[in-house]
Amino acid sequence: MELIGLLSDGFLVAFEPLNLGLIVLGVVVGLFVGAMPGLGSVNGVAILLPMTFLVPPASAIMFLAALYYGAMYGGAISSITLGIPGASTAVATTFDGRPLAMSGEADKALIAAALASFAGGTISIVLFTLFAPPLASVALDFGDPEIFSLMILAFATFVGLSGDDIAKTIFSICIGMVMSAIGFDIISGEPRLVLFDLIGFQSKINFLVLAIGIYGIGEMMWTIEVSRGDNMMSKVTVSVERVMNNLKIIWGTWKAWLMGSVLGFFVGILPAAGATPGSLMAYGVAKMTSREPHMFGKGAVEGVVAPEAANNAASTGSMLPMLTLGIPGSPTTAVLLGGMVIWGLQPGPRLFVTETDFVWGLIASLYAANLFAVIINIAFIPLFLWFLKTPFTILAPLIFVLSMVGGYASTERMFDVWLMLILGVGGYLLRKLDYPVAPAVLAIVLGPIAEPALRQSLLISGGDVMVFFNRPIAGPITIIALVLLFLPAFQLVWRRMRGKGQAAG
Amino acid sequence: MRRAEIITAVLMAGLSIYLMVKSAELPIGWIPGEGPGGGFWPFWLAAIMLLSIIWVMVNWFRRTSPPSKSEDPYLDSYAMKMFLLVGGGITGMIALVDIIGMHLAAAVFLIYYIRFLGGHSWKVTLSVAMPTPVVTFLFFDIALRKFLPTGFMDPLYIPLYDFFL
Repeated sequence: MELIGLLSDGFLVAFEPLNLGLIVLGVVVGLFVGAMPGLGSVNGVAILLPMTFLVPPASAIMFLAALYYGAMYGGAISSITLGIPGASTAVATTFDGRPLAMSGEADKALIAAALASFAGGTISIVLFTLFAPPLASVALDFGDPEIFSLMILAFATFVGLSGDDIAKTIFSICIGMVMSAIGFDIISGEPRLVLFDLIGFQSKINFLVLAIGIYGIGEMMWTIEVSRGDNMMSKVTVSVERVMNNLKIIWGTWKAWLMGSVLGFFVGILPAAGATPGSLMAYGVAKMTSREPHMFGKGAVEGVVAPEAANNAASTGSMLPMLTLGIPGSPTTAVLLGGMVIWGLQPGPRLFVTETDFVWGLIASLYAANLFAVIINIAFIPLFLWFLKTPFTILAPLIFVLSMVGGYASTERMFDVWLMLILGVGGYLLRKLDYPVAPAVLAIVLGPIAEPALRQSLLISGGDVMVFFNRPIAGPITIIALVLLFLPAFQLVWRRMRGKGQAAG
Repeated sequence: MRRAEIITAVLMAGLSIYLMVKSAELPIGWIPGEGPGGGFWPFWLAAIMLLSIIWVMVNWFRRTSPPSKSEDPYLDSYAMKMFLLVGGGITGMIALVDIIGMHLAAAVFLIYYIRFLGGHSWKVTLSVAMPTPVVTFLFFDIALRKFLPTGFMDPLYIPLYDFFL
């Protein structure tokens, strides 16, 4: 009951005219920033943070949190309509959102993404409200072996379940991981893998450089070749009947969005993970548990709802350790945390006692932002569909321009623009030979988390790999990962045995 | 396609070996008291890359993967033409950034693509190519304060910055 009282006080704060106005503004800005290739919630939050000093701290953080939320919705818009993730968190949404749009069902994908985002947001905020302290302590108990086991599990889903050429999938994972190791050794700080002794490789390859290269330039070149100049994106029809039909289909995927919401929330809590790995994992699990796994990558609605529910849930989850423990759950919350310190709010458990109005106002603002985001997003769907009807020979060059400008804006180095072009063209050429590109993108995100986790785990155990097996949480995760990793081999043996059995019979 | 598969595999094997050698510039084994060395992680990943490429080569030799069986050309004449025109166009655009700046390079690229590759009218071409640099300038340089390169056109932008910022 105390909870309801605190929350309703929070709503009174969130619904003050200034705060409400800033929440709506934050959502709209977030939708555009999220939809813009190359700019994600972290860019938007970091750049607009100094401008929020005009308003009181509580209002400022509500605005930035609403922007964070809007960007989670917005990322899906360009993933679906253009095939480029608007933000890294929406990478997984391209896997099926893109094929749906290509087959003339962009409306279905956009509504599915918006509703799944709403579901993910709502479920995660309820979880946030109810279980804040105990859930935070679960994540705090996670040590390096647990984190590394989770990483292995994420990659095992690609090997065991993607259906792509296994050798090429493993290659793709490893090259992504190696790319993430370029620059310097995170533990000793020594320069490492400075390829061809180029100065540009003395710092890390920004994840967005690979993501925009692969999904902006590479994807567009692929589309130009496959479409043969036809306008593939214009075949979109919207009618009340279709919308109602879509709603039924989306409702039928409740297992996927529910799973995505819960998984996303938990992955979001982990200080090292966040919305991008959360959505990729949700995609993997949705595929694994689906009745029609073969449809994934070809336009499965479940493949859109699972990652979209997960990225919104993860953004809420990432705020949990930020508020309760003072540990950011994502890069965006790291920036928010920095802002809070500047505003004189000391993040940590004491915040719930000393700044009750602020904490509950923020929590209530998340409910409001989520509601506004889904309404504004769906209201703009006709605009996005109109955007799709642009001839491809106009859209494609605009996308190349956006990719170049967005790629530059994320790191402000021309070296990265060139690297983006090389990675994009390389990705396109490899993709033509069935090398999957998604695992490499996942790997470049998870690499910097996996490496220190592995090295620290081995250091603790004195080089004994059993550390990944004999701990109560890490053990089961590792075993599941190994089963998935060897699943294709098991299936092969099983088929051969059955084949022999039938031949003998 | 079959020839492209093995050429790519050989190139990727070369890349894997290069990455292994480059990783080995840092210690790749166990350092007492410090755990695995700085080169440990990328070295073994590159080694797995090499093994998986050998696996790809075996599949090529046994003709068990689709590209190793395919007799279709890797890039047919249309794909090759578009690859050169589009890829070349983007390369040109990025190369122009250092000379005329990002905003104008984008406009030039849009004119090249929409008018000459797309075959649209000048009216359509200019109605897209002209506002784009204005929008990117207002969004990135002014609203987000991410100053995009201006090349030798820098003097042109000074009054604009003075006006807006």
